[in-house]
Amino acid sequence: MATVCHPEQTTLPTCHPERSAQRVVEGSPAAPAEIPLLQIDGLSKSFLLHRVNRRIQGCQDVSFSLSPGQFVGITGRSGSGKSTILRCIWRTNLPERGRILYDSKRFGTLDLAQATQRQMLYLRAYELGYVSQFLNALPRQTARDIVLKSALEAYGVDERERAEAETERMLRHFDLDEELWELYPRTFSGGEKLRLNIASAMIKRPRLLLLDEPTASLDNASKLKVRDLIEQLKAEGTTMLGIFHDLEFMEGLCDHEFNMQEGMMT
Amino acid sequence: MLDEQRFGADEAPCLSVRHLSKRFGAGCPRCLGLEPQLERNVCPRCGTVHAVRDVSLDVFPAEIVGIVGESGSGKSSLMKCLFFDEEATDGDVRARPFDGGAENLLSLSPQQQRAIRNTVFGMVYQNPYLGLRMDFSSLSNIAEQMIAAGSRNVGFMRARGEELLERVNIPLSREADPPRTFSGGMQQRVQIAKALSNNPPILLLDEVTTGLDLSVQAAVLDLVQQIRRDFDVSMLVVSHDLGVIRMLADRTLVMLDGRVIESGLTDQILEDPQHSYTQQLVYSLL
Repeated sequence: MATVCHPEQTTLPTCHPERSAQRVVEGSPAAPAEIPLLQIDGLSKSFLLHRVNRRIQGCQDVSFSLSPGQFVGITGRSGSGKSTILRCIWRTNLPERGRILYDSKRFGTLDLAQATQRQMLYLRAYELGYVSQFLNALPRQTARDIVLKSALEAYGVDERERAEAETERMLRHFDLDEELWELYPRTFSGGEKLRLNIASAMIKRPRLLLLDEPTASLDNASKLKVRDLIEQLKAEGTTMLGIFHDLEFMEGLCDHEFNMQEGMMT
Repeated sequence: MLDEQRFGADEAPCLSVRHLSKRFGAGCPRCLGLEPQLERNVCPRCGTVHAVRDVSLDVFPAEIVGIVGESGSGKSSLMKCLFFDEEATDGDVRARPFDGGAENLLSLSPQQQRAIRNTVFGMVYQNPYLGLRMDFSSLSNIAEQMIAAGSRNVGFMRARGEELLERVNIPLSREADPPRTFSGGMQQRVQIAKALSNNPPILLLDEVTTGLDLSVQAAVLDLVQQIRRDFDVSMLVVSHDLGVIRMLADRTLVMLDGRVIESGLTDQILEDPQHSYTQQLVYSLL
């Protein structure tokens, strides 16, 4: 099989066996009156593990939508498939069935399940943000470098001065201690890494921010800080989709929340 | 630098490869037939090695495309064919910065191919001995590349050479030293400086960090990212090290027995590999 690494043919033919069987699920739980920024219809994803010849279910027939400025939270035990949803939107996972309609500024309404690799790269650079507690950066880069790099990617190298100024503003804004700016984040605590990740995602002003268990393995004080942060982002009008382990933390913060169990929405 | 204009429906790849094949050996009806009867990439009857089989790929402006695969999967043969170090058996390669993509580079004259090697492509080999003249000074190595592309002004070449050496963090006090006296990491950086000397729009990097210690490896990777960002260069990066690919590549192709078996966004290849071989490869990651 010759796979052409070209945007028009970027997914393997086998990835969408039942594309024609897509259906629109009506009455999704969070259906708002406004035009949604993101609308997920019947999303399913499973993982075929060749070594043991087994198929692991990720998420099954998930449908919901998200309006601009909303914060939707997904909760559920680990293994319930909530991460899979987020990863399908970010396209770290190849969606198997269903549609992920995203209202892109650049491409109009786009099904992220079918978008080309190049379109996804564009959206990741300019429209979507993904934040987790884990750091994905080259070693030996200071916290400042990491955020600056993200700024340069969004603004262009010609706007270096603006990128530098904005970097400092964001680091300060998200409460990263100035003493840490010139350090390698390898030694940072979970909360510090998270705030660094948020700064580096938010400097691009994403239209949709995906939060991948930002509070996992944080102590209560740090969790409260994250909560403040999310409140702050929400007040600034950021549209967010977050997955969380525990429900209490989300109390009163989400516009909508739903629970996942064994890959299904409950 | 990712440029908004470039991601449109009409964006064009700056390097486009179609159905590239490289055979070592004459082949026989068994391995050249429409449905080659091969278990791996060697023909059991005639012994022909099918190093690269029907590979197609695109590299877009300022994009880094990674190629992973075990040794013998055809990664380096592919790179050598693109840089005309080896003659491809079959295929079509077009480079937009050269002639707008009008001609198949593989069918050009050796002179034209040499010109492309000097101005369109920059190559960094795993083995610095292939890319550098070890007994010439670092500066002369860079000048040599510039002379090959038509430069004659010594002052300009010196200035450019020093600028590049500075850029790759080679102290100017050592510009007159031959790379023979350098460490592996420094040699690799001189090679990168040399490859950049004529501002090629496309860089081919073949296992650039293999054999370097971790700290030097991080410095080289950082340099590669800076180059992409600051000079708008597209790159094809071959590595068997998934960590390197993870850090550098936007998109990745997986090769096995000369073929591309899977391609996708790099994090998708690593987190949600589809092919059984890719799964095996990813699960071997430390």
